[in-house]
Amino acid sequence: MPHSYPALSAEQKKELSDIALRIVAPGKGILAADESVGSMAKRLSQIGVENTEENRRLYRQVLFSADDRVKKCIGGVIFFHETLYQKDDNGVPFVRTIQDKGIVVGIKVDKGVVPLAGTDGETTTQGLDGLSERCAQYKKDGADFAKWRCVLKISERTPSALAILENANVLARYASICQQNGIVPIVEPEILPDGDHDLKRCQYVTEKVLAAVYKALSDHHVYLEGTLLKPNMVTPGHACPIKYSPEEVAMATVTALRRTVPPAVPGVTFLSGGQSEEEASLNLNAINRCPLPRPWALTFSYGRALQASALNAWRGQRDNAGAATEEFIKRAEVNGLAAQGKYEGSGDDGGAAAQSLYVANHAY
Amino acid sequence: MAHKFPALTADQKKELSEIAQRIVANGKGILAADESVGTMGNRLQRINVENTEENRRQFREILFTVDNSVSQSIGGVILFHETLYQKDSQGKLFRNILKEKGIVVGIKLDQGTAPLAGTNKETTIQGLDGLSQRCAQYKKDGVDFGKWRAVLRIDNQCPSALAIQENANALARYASICQQNGLVPIVEPEVIPDGDHDMEHCQYVTEKVLAAVYKALNDHHVYLEGTLLKPNMVTAGHACTKKYTPEQVAMATVTALHRTVPAAVPGICFLSGGMSEEDATLNLNAINLCPLPKPWKLSFSYGRALQASALAAWGGKAANKKATQEAFMKRAVANCQAAKGKYTSMGSSGAASTQSLFTANYTY
Repeated sequence: MPHSYPALSAEQKKELSDIALRIVAPGKGILAADESVGSMAKRLSQIGVENTEENRRLYRQVLFSADDRVKKCIGGVIFFHETLYQKDDNGVPFVRTIQDKGIVVGIKVDKGVVPLAGTDGETTTQGLDGLSERCAQYKKDGADFAKWRCVLKISERTPSALAILENANVLARYASICQQNGIVPIVEPEILPDGDHDLKRCQYVTEKVLAAVYKALSDHHVYLEGTLLKPNMVTPGHACPIKYSPEEVAMATVTALRRTVPPAVPGVTFLSGGQSEEEASLNLNAINRCPLPRPWALTFSYGRALQASALNAWRGQRDNAGAATEEFIKRAEVNGLAAQGKYEGSGDDGGAAAQSLYVANHAY
Repeated sequence: MAHKFPALTADQKKELSEIAQRIVANGKGILAADESVGTMGNRLQRINVENTEENRRQFREILFTVDNSVSQSIGGVILFHETLYQKDSQGKLFRNILKEKGIVVGIKLDQGTAPLAGTNKETTIQGLDGLSQRCAQYKKDGVDFGKWRAVLRIDNQCPSALAIQENANALARYASICQQNGLVPIVEPEVIPDGDHDMEHCQYVTEKVLAAVYKALNDHHVYLEGTLLKPNMVTAGHACTKKYTPEQVAMATVTALHRTVPAAVPGICFLSGGMSEEDATLNLNAINLCPLPKPWKLSFSYGRALQASALAAWGGKAANKKATQEAFMKRAVANCQAAKGKYTSMGSSGAASTQSLFTANYTY
């Protein structure tokens, strides 16, 4: 092995590490507001709103005009490219509004999935071409972190070894390039909940995928202290007939992370996937009450689970903006509590259920 | 990916996990008394004692018949095959003496190095043939953990990708087989200190090696909660002219572990390599005082660093038994204190130098 050629200077490392820690400071998580134009089309059509650039601007304004209450529960906001350059009704750039609240600005940098030939419908993610130049520009324009989403799915023969390897590798290349440009990479290897597999199967697959991701990050000399992980929680497939409690989801999730995510990673910001707002909060809360030792922050990077009620309350009407913003603030505060294990949700079993599963730990 | 085929039942996992935790509970560590016949020859020659089976038996008897309070410092003892079947002068089996003190009995399982052709004098480890049957027999004979030492070296083009990959794979095969037979595998990927490289280079190599080891363990479906790691501390090569303090060694070591060892691993028991008894203790103490998060127990698995004074005190004479036992107990107690960060000796730098190196963290 040749001598090491340091990828980053001490100052670069410090900057990245500081940014990451700011985003996942205690009680804080991320608002994923980076829906692409296509994804926004789906969201807006569900509330009967036309998918125009102005409507997308108005909607993001609803979220970003939240008052100082969000300062203590939102550490970062992920933007889509278009939104990074949009302004509010008073001509103030959204980036500045967010930064002025002490919240870190992030940017989605991947360019969507492409098929892997010879597999059972599996994909990798594109976006590496010219990524360094794009990151440098985004950094100038106020972004301090980025996000890149890879997608894996569980079925009879998937995820295949190729899909795991290829997606882990592309995530590592992305992460390396981000760090060279002073941007903290959020690494998102999402395993979709589609299917009828049980909790155990999801846990097994999640462990394999995360082990491959961290091996790839090591191979590509990525500085773990300057990254964040955005994984799926470990849950059964949508079509699985067995129901599991938040405590069971929590135990499986934390066990999988403990076996694969090095303690150097400062924070794990879960995606909400198809979970409802309340489910996403209850699960995050249970995760933060799990009796196993957890050396990283465990918080949220939610899209739908922070915005569903707000979107519904807004319905494209300016008059509804205030009420819609309130809905968003409400979910943000709830998730801020859940990120500390302090959310007393409806029907929460509390200590007993969490305790009873500790002994069953070894079954995971 | 095919369906998961569980390698271990819940009961098997529970047993392994409990054994591992027992070994490193409350600051306890391991006495590595598994010197092969040849290695014992080296030790005995230095004190002018003939390398006979009886002499080896006598020395081990003195160590194992020490006062019961030793079990507060020593959680496990690694034996060589011969020693497992030896008895004290009253005819009592050594392994029963140890068990009655509440000490877990372990066995060296590897069968030494073998060269890797086409490399710069690098090696892999033999011992997989018939390993399962050997493990089953040892388990019947009272053993609850195994140890297997892989060796990597730093030099021109070393460790090569092949050496890292091959040794990690052999370690994972050994670990898998151990667990199938109820033995906790101690995984030892030693990066030897030979050479003039600096501490930073050792850290870089150690990180690469450990990342490969944990990827291999994951690939081989090894249950991390039922394993222990026995790594080198991160130090400069023996011939390096630059000197480092225990606090620097500690920061480099914990940083490397932090970036590669999942929190699920219950304990990390350092080897002492060529360190003096006092250096091994001071370094372990500094490691336990290192301000980085440390989700695993950080303890010792020392051979020479627990026995050097004892050997010198013995000199092959039965009359020196008491002095020998005192010398051994002194090191055992000292290292147990170090494993809790509570070791004080004359010349220890204390809190100040630990503090001053914290901000230098980012250079690691």
